[in-house]
Amino acid sequence: MDLSVVDPVALFVGLVAAATPLLFAAIGELVVEKSGVLNLGVEGMMIVGAICGFATAVKTGSPALGFVAGAAGGCVLSLIFGVMTQYLLSNQVATGLALTLFGLGISALIGQPFTGVKSPTMARLEIPVLSEIPLLGRLFFSYDIVIYLGIALVAAVWWFLKFTRRGLVLRAVGENHDAAHSLGYSVVAIRLAAIAFGGACAGLGGAYLSLARVPQWTEGMTAGAGWIALAIVVFSAWRPWRVLLGAWLFGGVTILQLNLQASGFLSWLQSLGIPAQAQYLSMTPYLITIAVLVVISADGSKARSNAPASLGRTFTGSG
Amino acid sequence: MRLVNTFAAAALATGLASAAFAQDPTKVGFIYVGPVGDFGWTYEHDQGRLAVIEEFGDAVETTFVESVPEGADAERVLRQMAQSGHDLIFTTSFGYMNQTMNVAKQFPDVKFEHATGYQRADNVSTYSARFYEGRHVIGLIAGGMTESNIVGYIGSFPIPEVIRGINSAYLAAKSVNPDVQFKVVWSNTWFDPALEADAAKTLIEQGADVLMQHTDSTAPMTIAEEEGIIAFGQASDQSSFGPNAQMTAIMDDWAPYYVSRVQAVMDGTWESTDTWGGIDSGMVAFADFSDKIPADLAEQAKAAADAIAAGELHPFTGPINKQDGSPWLAEGETADDGTLLGMNFYVEGIEGVIPN
Amino acid sequence: MLRLEPRTETKTLIQALAPAAAVLITMVVGGLLFAALGKNPFEAIHTIFIAPLFDPYSRTELLIKASPLILIALGLSFGFRAGIWNIGAEGQYVMGGLAGSAVALAFWNVEGAWLLPLMAVAGIAGGAAWAMIPAFLKIRFNANEILVSLMLVYVATLFLSAMVSGPLRDPDGFNFPQSRLFHDSARLPILMEGTRVHVGIIVTMVAVLAAQIFLTRHLFGFNVRLLGQAPRAAAFSGVNAKRLTVICLGLSGAMAGLAGLFEVAGPIGQLQPSLPVGYGFTAIIVAFLGRLSPVGILFAGMVMALTYIGGETAQFALGIPSAAISVFQGLLLFILLAVDLLTRYRVRFVRRGEV
Repeated sequence: MDLSVVDPVALFVGLVAAATPLLFAAIGELVVEKSGVLNLGVEGMMIVGAICGFATAVKTGSPALGFVAGAAGGCVLSLIFGVMTQYLLSNQVATGLALTLFGLGISALIGQPFTGVKSPTMARLEIPVLSEIPLLGRLFFSYDIVIYLGIALVAAVWWFLKFTRRGLVLRAVGENHDAAHSLGYSVVAIRLAAIAFGGACAGLGGAYLSLARVPQWTEGMTAGAGWIALAIVVFSAWRPWRVLLGAWLFGGVTILQLNLQASGFLSWLQSLGIPAQAQYLSMTPYLITIAVLVVISADGSKARSNAPASLGRTFTGSG
Repeated sequence: MRLVNTFAAAALATGLASAAFAQDPTKVGFIYVGPVGDFGWTYEHDQGRLAVIEEFGDAVETTFVESVPEGADAERVLRQMAQSGHDLIFTTSFGYMNQTMNVAKQFPDVKFEHATGYQRADNVSTYSARFYEGRHVIGLIAGGMTESNIVGYIGSFPIPEVIRGINSAYLAAKSVNPDVQFKVVWSNTWFDPALEADAAKTLIEQGADVLMQHTDSTAPMTIAEEEGIIAFGQASDQSSFGPNAQMTAIMDDWAPYYVSRVQAVMDGTWESTDTWGGIDSGMVAFADFSDKIPADLAEQAKAAADAIAAGELHPFTGPINKQDGSPWLAEGETADDGTLLGMNFYVEGIEGVIPN
Repeated sequence: MLRLEPRTETKTLIQALAPAAAVLITMVVGGLLFAALGKNPFEAIHTIFIAPLFDPYSRTELLIKASPLILIALGLSFGFRAGIWNIGAEGQYVMGGLAGSAVALAFWNVEGAWLLPLMAVAGIAGGAAWAMIPAFLKIRFNANEILVSLMLVYVATLFLSAMVSGPLRDPDGFNFPQSRLFHDSARLPILMEGTRVHVGIIVTMVAVLAAQIFLTRHLFGFNVRLLGQAPRAAAFSGVNAKRLTVICLGLSGAMAGLAGLFEVAGPIGQLQPSLPVGYGFTAIIVAFLGRLSPVGILFAGMVMALTYIGGETAQFALGIPSAAISVFQGLLLFILLAVDLLTRYRVRFVRRGEV
């Protein structure tokens, strides 16, 4: 065992990249849930974003256009969910699950000609001077532009929800749709916009997977990332900055687990008879999420101000 | 009413269509654990299927069902295939073993071929490839080319198949580079591109400058290309993902075996057999060697492949000790297939514990 | 402008016709999809929707595939009526299968008629215990059960993976991550020679009947509905919401656990890491498609199973890729959920401004 080979800086850089698809999907879902809608179709929207982004990047040679297409793909898929749940008043849980099934299928169909194709690579944004600062340069200035965009998006969502009138209205709709309706706000339109935003974000996250993190297209490549994004929203207690923390936690545990294996640490524990299987380590973020949820829920006043009260409930518009 | 009539007509048409084939072609079915587009394990089996079509044309009809989970669903799919007139069915994943045996018992006239399993019956053959022979060859190249002396290895599950590969590659690498060290990471999955990419990055950060994998996605090759290190393709020629990174690839070439088995069914000479094919049978093949491999090393690796094919060289030839230092093979002794099939120990020199 | 109004009375005719209409619409849309893929749409629809019904073996398999879906959906439907959202049935299914398997393996090669009942108890207990975690956290800390139960699905799946590659691994299985094959005493008896129809299917059918009676004839059924529709009124009339939460989650967990046990002791015959294939999630859709009524769930489960089995046949008989099958299933679900609207609301034209 040699833990000295685990470079904390590399660990951090690795986890930031691993967390980015989760970050996009989770921040989008946060806005959706803040408007009182629970969309469980994140996995489906992510994978559709992944293939739309990949296919466009291959066809046009431009990763930037790929990201735009990824967002558009996720957005279009989310609107199916939006129309179903907002106009046709279908159950959100069931519709979201159906959306995932549909998204996994349609992405595989679109993706058939793109298996084994290489995508145009994205240039890493080496910020001159800054990225050359020892340690700090690598820690903060060595990523591709999409990672910075992700963090900027978190800031924007935070600002939007906290300081803008529209953000206030969105939260009001999520809190009590009947009250918001009687005040004259269009609950359906606001929720539809939130759902579309969430779809676009999930699509971006998927596109980041297929264009930057892996980068390639394979069927089912999201491998559950959309579900983790749902967990992160809960972990965050519906606070944008905590989404960033949550994404880093979930990304970090994966990276840490791999590092501990490669350095021989897990092996060493096992040789002592401790059942240190990688699976147990992989469980920890979910357990931490539950613990966080318990803590914030137990404190009644905090929970009320944050968890959208109308989450998952159907708004019929008949008052 | 119209609609009902149309469906009746369609049903009739289907019936007529199947009756039209008076001279029944040999019907060959495949059941896959992943999607045919995984560009790894399942993809290669499907290439074998396409080779069968290529070879026999209209005399054969092939079908497949993809992404069938190992479990209750597999048995139904197999049974439906057997019932619908298939003559020969390839079950291409270890986890289909019990289901294959069950269905084979009920359909004694249908021939089954189960990949990588260890149970046979009168109408169930098993087949697998001696990938460890290929791993010996890439181990030589890895040992000769690493500068950091650290080879990163992404394993799927700690089953004998994978452990055999690690041991074989390590012994070969050590024979040309006594200082070489292997770092093994277990992914506990056959296919998760994002996780495999992260595993590749982690190994590179921890000093590996050569990557080997025993998982199915092309993600590690893509990462190796990005990071400017070298790697070896798994199952397929992955040079399109790593034109600079791929030194060669161990390719699963099931085509010759599949063609010969279909031929045997057509000729009525099919018998239950246990095939463990190596480089000599063509089941284990190599992608083109990269010109980045130093000429003498490439020469040595090719010579080793030829010697293995000719039966002059066995990758597990003593003296070899187990990891704990206890002797396994004496000077000049070669490993028997039984031990290899159940291999659950590292050889001396590899660090770490096999997880369980 | 169109406006939706809740129906004051439910018309049985519309209730019965809506799903049939949805299936027909799906056939047309799905047919277009298959035609676009260059397949004969009539053959495709026939293979998926009709052929399995006329093949005796496929009919038995329909029961086998639908049984876990129906059993889990039944359990969930109680909670859903009461507004208690257990979406972690997949995890409870895994824990039930795991607990039952642990018993089977602990008594490996021990013959006895007592073994299966013991395994069933373990399966039920495993599933119920796993569901008690969100129940306890809900009543003690007010933690959202949707999210806790969802998180626990991943924990359960990882735990299963650790168990089958560790303590429960077949000692003679060359380190492959799976358990021994169960011996005969630990396998569910087969009801029909030559098929896989097992005792669990009878249990499922009995459960459908029991649930129907329970919901319509018993005070518990009334309380469940009251809590979902009018929580405050429920509190006034003396319904103990906390107790009902525990009962509903426990019941759904127990039934999911039992379904998991039936799967390992029935068609699979051993513990495999691939045990979770999404039944717990699909069952949620089945519960809603069945409008949370036991008989509805029975039909919805059968329709879902039909598309799975027909979809497999369509793959090898017609060469339709599995991706197209899941698109088709997604379409079917969307259309079923959308058409369901018409049973609950009626569409009325209104002038603008008249709200």
